[in-house]
Amino acid sequence: MKIKPNNYIALDFLSRSVNEGFARTAVAAFAAQLDPTLDELGDIKTAVSEAVTNAIVHAYPDELGKIGLRASIFDGNVLEIVVRDWGCGIPDVNKAREPLYTTGGEERSGMGFTIMESFMDALIVRSKPGKGTVVTMKRRIAQRSGRK
Amino acid sequence: MEVKSSTNDRALTLALRGELDHHAARETVTAMERALEAGLPMQLVLDFSGVTFMDSSGIAVAMRASRRMAALGGTVAIINVPAQAKKVFDAAGIACAAKTEGSK
Ligand SMILES: Nc1ncnc2c1ncn2[C@@H]1O[C@H](COP(=O)(O)OP(=O)(O)O)[C@@H](O)[C@H]1O
Ligand SMILES: [Mg+2]
Repeated sequence: MKIKPNNYIALDFLSRSVNEGFARTAVAAFAAQLDPTLDELGDIKTAVSEAVTNAIVHAYPDELGKIGLRASIFDGNVLEIVVRDWGCGIPDVNKAREPLYTTGGEERSGMGFTIMESFMDALIVRSKPGKGTVVTMKRRIAQRSGRK
Repeated sequence: MEVKSSTNDRALTLALRGELDHHAARETVTAMERALEAGLPMQLVLDFSGVTFMDSSGIAVAMRASRRMAALGGTVAIINVPAQAKKVFDAAGIACAAKTEGSK
């Protein structure tokens, strides 16, 4: 059985790099209802930026394709972010998640998954070559006393 | 991404302003390489005070800067790094490497 979120947003957009800023800003605006600190907001924006950039750069290297973004809020102040593409997929996910591993050459650092992992509480990557990739990230936002 | 360059002796300072993501990285690198070729500096200073957001694309830019300055026999310093960008550098563990690599 699936636990239902208390709230969610879902967006589809084309894999144009100009949408990277839009995607992380949209999630940050949605997450604002959890009353995050600036620090937490920065972490969320960074992780979203990494996942969306991967879909733009790696999933669709020679074409434009669809990217799906969903942000949900669950009991306990948990924010879940899902970034989905229907691109080339990742042949070896464990290898791809290693620090400094990149197929992107000089323009990439190979630190994207490492950053998602360290900025979020959980990172799940599911991928099928030729079918696409689904990146799921979770982050609990601390409930602070003295805040309305 | 706005890149403002200024030269002092053989030190080239590039002040970056804007969000340093993959979308902005290419034009940032192009501006950096052009300034390096024109100035052939001994020291490159990247002033991050105007960087309002950075992801791992910024790390690739810093690594690129390190390599280019190493090739010129010079050094790189990244200064005035805001908290969000600093966290990204720290997570990547290259905060120090980017600063010192060029001097070896
Ligand atoms: N959505 C995706 N579709 C296809 N390949 C991907 C995707 N995301 C990541 N990858 C692969 O995983 C590698 C590592 O990703 P990452 O850690 O973000 O580093 P970088 O993006 O700098 O290469 C990429 O170089 C690419 O080969
Ligand atoms: Mg990446």
